[in-house]
Amino acid sequence: MGRKTSPSPVEKGYQELQKKHELKRPVFKNCIRAFLVGGFICTIGQAITYFYIYYFDFTEQTAGNPTVATMIFLSMLLTGFGVYDHIGQFAGAGSAVPVTGFGNSVISAAIEHRTEGMVLGVGGNMFKLAGTVLLFGVFSAFIVALVRTLLTMWGVL
Amino acid sequence: MFPMFFWAFVVGGLICVIGQLMFDVAKLTPGHTMSILVVSGAVLDGFGLYEPLVDFAGAGATVPITSFGNSLAHGALMEAEKHGLVGVLTGMFEVTSSGISAAIVFGFIAALVFKPKG
Repeated sequence: MGRKTSPSPVEKGYQELQKKHELKRPVFKNCIRAFLVGGFICTIGQAITYFYIYYFDFTEQTAGNPTVATMIFLSMLLTGFGVYDHIGQFAGAGSAVPVTGFGNSVISAAIEHRTEGMVLGVGGNMFKLAGTVLLFGVFSAFIVALVRTLLTMWGVL
Repeated sequence: MFPMFFWAFVVGGLICVIGQLMFDVAKLTPGHTMSILVVSGAVLDGFGLYEPLVDFAGAGATVPITSFGNSLAHGALMEAEKHGLVGVLTGMFEVTSSGISAAIVFGFIAALVFKPKG
């Protein structure tokens, strides 16, 4: 892994052979599917947002929060009954990029590891996949907010 | 109301297409893709660009994972305005608490209720 020296002629030949036989990914078809499913999930999210604006006292700005929670609840049901896997196989990034995909990665890890016990299995593995999103989200938000705050303090912004 | 649904569909769909291109063309793993999207959400908020997108596309901008980075940075910036530098740390989860708490609570309930398949 990650060796930087130039490949020997034999290796080069093998790499070309591998390239020739590698399955071409149907990029365009995948993008259409991702667009349709991703857009559909966001449209459901919009309906939930309107629900919270009209029936509870949320504004357009604050309704995003309960919407996300509701979407993750729906994703729990779909993951638990094994439906989300099928959607994911069809839609690729269309089901992974919305927060339901984040919820799915947490919830499926929790279900998968329950046989190893509640503490070490579920507790320890719940954020196995989603942990990287949390880490880089929090750290980049920290840097962004720090830079902006310092620039404001120094009167640059 | 109808244009909002339309733009939510289009913008949300386009963000998913960006993710799909990162899968297929750049050949990144889902973990890398999600991380890059979250970071770009936080950076966009740093430039004050994410909030207009939410006003324009509604759930099309709040449902994709980029909004997670946006709300983390947003909470940190809001607290920083009130309390200075300390606010950057204390305000981090102020806005985005619901996504993470929902994932933890429902994840644990799911582990109690559902059995792993196959």
